[in-house]
Amino acid sequence: MNAAWDWAAGVLDWAVANWSYPGEPDRGILPRLLEHMRLSYAPILLGLLVALPLGLACARWKRLYPPVLTGVNVLYAVPSIALFFLMLPYTGFSDWTAIVPLTVYTLVILLPNVVDGLRQVPEHVRQAAVAMGFGPLRRLVFVETPVAVPVIIAGLRVASVATISMVSVASLIGLGGLGRLILSEGFRRQFDAPIVVGIVLTVLLAFVTDAVLVLAQRLLTPWARRDGGVGGGRGIRARRRRRRAAAAVPAEDAAVAADLTTTAGER
Amino acid sequence: MDILCAIDTGVLCGVEQWFTDPAQWTGPAGIPVRLAEHAYYSVVALLVATAIAVPLGLLTGHTGVGGFLTTSLANFARALPTIGVLFLIVLLAGIGLVPVLCALVALAVPPILVNTHEGVRGVEPRLRDAALGMGMRGREVLFRLELPVAAPLVLIGMRTAAVQVVATATIAAYVGVGGLGRYIVDGQARQDLSMMLGGSILVVLLAVATTLLFAGLRRVLVAPGLRAEAASAR
Amino acid sequence: MITFEGAAKHYPDGTVAVAGLDLTVETGRTTVFVGPSGSGKTTSLRMINRMVEPTSGTVRIDGDDIRGQDPAVLRRSIGYVIQQAGLFPHRTVLDNIATVPLLLGWRRGRARARAAELMDLVGLEPSQGRRYPHQLSGGQQQRVGVARALAADPPVLLMDEPFSAVDPVVRASLQDELLRLQKELRKTIVFVTHDIDEAVRLGDRIAVFRPGGVLAQYDAPERLLAAPVDDFVESFIGYDRGVRRLSFFPARNLTLDDGGVFEEEDRVERARTAVEATGVPWALVVARDRTPLGWVSARQLAEAPTGVVLGGLDLAPYGHTFNVATDSLRAALDAAVLSPAGRAVGVDEDGCVVGFVSQDDLGAAIWSVSE
Repeated sequence: MNAAWDWAAGVLDWAVANWSYPGEPDRGILPRLLEHMRLSYAPILLGLLVALPLGLACARWKRLYPPVLTGVNVLYAVPSIALFFLMLPYTGFSDWTAIVPLTVYTLVILLPNVVDGLRQVPEHVRQAAVAMGFGPLRRLVFVETPVAVPVIIAGLRVASVATISMVSVASLIGLGGLGRLILSEGFRRQFDAPIVVGIVLTVLLAFVTDAVLVLAQRLLTPWARRDGGVGGGRGIRARRRRRRAAAAVPAEDAAVAADLTTTAGER
Repeated sequence: MDILCAIDTGVLCGVEQWFTDPAQWTGPAGIPVRLAEHAYYSVVALLVATAIAVPLGLLTGHTGVGGFLTTSLANFARALPTIGVLFLIVLLAGIGLVPVLCALVALAVPPILVNTHEGVRGVEPRLRDAALGMGMRGREVLFRLELPVAAPLVLIGMRTAAVQVVATATIAAYVGVGGLGRYIVDGQARQDLSMMLGGSILVVLLAVATTLLFAGLRRVLVAPGLRAEAASAR
Repeated sequence: MITFEGAAKHYPDGTVAVAGLDLTVETGRTTVFVGPSGSGKTTSLRMINRMVEPTSGTVRIDGDDIRGQDPAVLRRSIGYVIQQAGLFPHRTVLDNIATVPLLLGWRRGRARARAAELMDLVGLEPSQGRRYPHQLSGGQQQRVGVARALAADPPVLLMDEPFSAVDPVVRASLQDELLRLQKELRKTIVFVTHDIDEAVRLGDRIAVFRPGGVLAQYDAPERLLAAPVDDFVESFIGYDRGVRRLSFFPARNLTLDDGGVFEEEDRVERARTAVEATGVPWALVVARDRTPLGWVSARQLAEAPTGVVLGGLDLAPYGHTFNVATDSLRAALDAAVLSPAGRAVGVDEDGCVVGFVSQDDLGAAIWSVSE
C-alpha cells in the first residue's frame, strides 16, 4: 500500500515540477494540454459545422441519406493512425494533419444523430405546425431544430470524448498534445510518470468537456430535463436511446453504432 | 504497368511501386506475413475479450447487479487514450507479445461488456414476464430470450472493439511486435513515405474488411425477426 | 378449482396490493377479475402462477398448495396470456407457439405439429407460421399469444388484460373467438380486465376489486348488474346497467304479434281491415319468403286506393331485427327503440319474420323479468 502511495506521490511531484517552464513556452505539461485542447476542439467544432447542413440536406432529401450513411459507416471503421499518415503527403506536419481526420470522425458520429434528431419530430406535431401556417423554413427553425438539439448534443458528447482520446494517437506523427507527453517524455524515456499524467489529463479533459455539453443541453432545452434529455420520439429506437442516455456519459455510442449497422445493412 | 506513375510521379507512384514490388509479397517482412500477424493479434485479443466480456455482461445484465459499475467503467474506458494504455502496460510489463495482447484485450472488453449488459437490460420487461410466466427458469430466460434479443447489440459492441483492436494493433508495432504497423514504424525510421502510406492503406483495408465481416456475422447470427424489427422501427 | 385463502400481498414500502383475498375459481368456467387500476386484480392473478408470492395466505389448485410445486413446473401447466401478447421477436410464430412444449421436452417435430394445430384453432392461416411477430397485426399477435398459452393443453389459463391494446372492433372479434374456444375447450380461465363490459361479456363469474386490493363483490354477471352490493360497484358498473342486464334474458320468451304481418302481394284493403280491427297503427310488409321489407302506417293504408298491392306503397324501413332464438331482450329493446314504428321485428335463424313486438309489450316483459 505504501509503495502505491509513494508511486502516486512521485507522479504528482513530477507533474508539479514539470507543469510549465517560464520563458520556455513549448516545454512542460501545460503547453501539451493547450495543444491537446486546440487539436480536439477544432475538429469537434468543424465536424459540427459540416454535420449540420449535411444532416439538414439528408433529412430533407431522403434518398441522399442511405449512400451518405454507408460512406460514414466505412469511414467510422478506418483507424485514425492510418488516416494521419495518409494525410502526411498533403498537409505535412501541420495541425491540419490531425484536424482533418478527427473532423471526419466527429462528422461520422454526429451525422446520424442530426438526421435522426430532425426526423424525430412526431408526425402530429409536424402536422400541427403546418396547420398553424408554418412554412418549411420556419418549421425547421422553430419546431424541428429544437427537438433535434438533445439528440445532436448526445452525439456531440460521444464525438468529443472519442476525439479527445484519439488526439493522442497523432503523437506518432509528432503532434498529439498530451500524446506527445506519453510518447516522447514517457515511453521513449521508459518513464511512467508522464504516461500516467497524460492519461489522467486526457480523461479529465474528456469529462470536463462532457460536463460542459450536459450543461449546455440543460440550458438549451429546459423542457427535456426530466427524462434525461434525449427527447421525444416513439418506437424502439427512441426507447433504446433514452436508456442509453440514462446510462450517464456517452453510452449513447452503442445506439449510434446500432443505427449505423441497421441502416447500412438493411437499406 | 505503372498506371498511377503515368499520371503522377510523386507520392501515389511511390506507393504503387511499393505495392507492386514482388519482394513485398514474400518473406517474413512480406505483406502476407504482416497481414497474418496483424489478423492473429486482433483475433486473439478479440476472442479473449469476448470470452471475458460477454459472460460478464450477461451476468450483470441478467441479474442487474453491477450495472452501474459496468456502464461507468465503459464510459471511463472510452475516454482513455489508447496509446497511453498500451505504452503504460508495455512499460510496466515489458516488451513482448503478451503485454501487447493484454493491452488490446483491456481496450476491447469495455465496449463488448457494456453492449452485452445494455442489450440484456434492454429486453422488454413484458417479454421477460412472458418467459417466466411460461415456466422458463433463469438460465432458459437468459439463453432462449435475453441472449438472442441482445445479439445485435453484442455484435455491435464486438465490432466496435474489433475496429479499435485493429487500429491499436497497428500502434503496437512501436513496442516491437509485428503486424501491419511495422511498415509505418519502419517507414518512419527509414524516412520511406511510400512504405508508411502502403502500410496505412493496408490497415484501412483490414479495418473495412473487419466491418464487412461483422455485417456478415449479423446476417448469420441475428434472428431475421430482430433484423426486420430494427429496420421497421426506423 | 383455484382457491384463494386469505391471500395477501404487502410490499415492504407499506403498499397493500391485495388485502387478503378469499375466493374460489370454478373449474371449467371463465372467472373475470375486474376493477380500476391499483385494485390488485393483476397481482391476484399473478399469485396463481407464482409470478407474485403472497406475503400471507395460501393459493391452492385442486386443493394442493401451489407452494408445494417448483414455480417453473407449475407455470408450464398454466397458460399465460399478457397484454400485447409478449411474443418473442426473434422467433417465428410457429416457434413462439411451440415454446412451452419445447420446454417440456417435446421433440421439435411434435411441438411444431401441435403449434400448427393451435394456429388453426385460433383462426390463423398456416402460412403465417413462418412469419415473425412484428409482421402481424395487433389482433393476430394476440391470437398467437392465446395459441402459445394453449400449446401444452394446460387446464388453467391466466389472461392478464389480453385484449386491452387492440382497437374495439378487433377486441370484439377476439372476445367472440375466446367465447367460441371456451365453449369447445372448457378451460378454467381467469381473466383480468378493467373493462366491465368485457367482464360481463366473457365472465361466468365476475370478481369486482376495489382500490386497496379488496374484493368488493363476486357474483354471476346478471346478479352483479341486478344487485351491486354498494355504491362503488354500482358506479364502477356504470349508469346503464339496467339495460345491459337485459342481455342475460333471452328474447325467445317474448310474445310476438304476427297478425299485423302481410305479404307484398296482399291488397291494401286486407291490411286496412286488420289494422282497423286491432287498432295497431302499423303493419309489417314481408316478401314472399317472409323476409321483412318495411312498415306501412295505418294512415297510408287509409289513404291508399283500394286494389293496390302493399308492395307498391312507400314503405318505412324496418330497421334492425332481432333473432328470436338467440338474441337477448337487450337486442329486442334496441331494435324497438330504433324502429320508426316503435316496434322490433323478430326473425328466425333464416331471417324470416316471426312477428313483431311493441315497446309497450317489451316494457312489460322487462318488468316481469326484473322482478
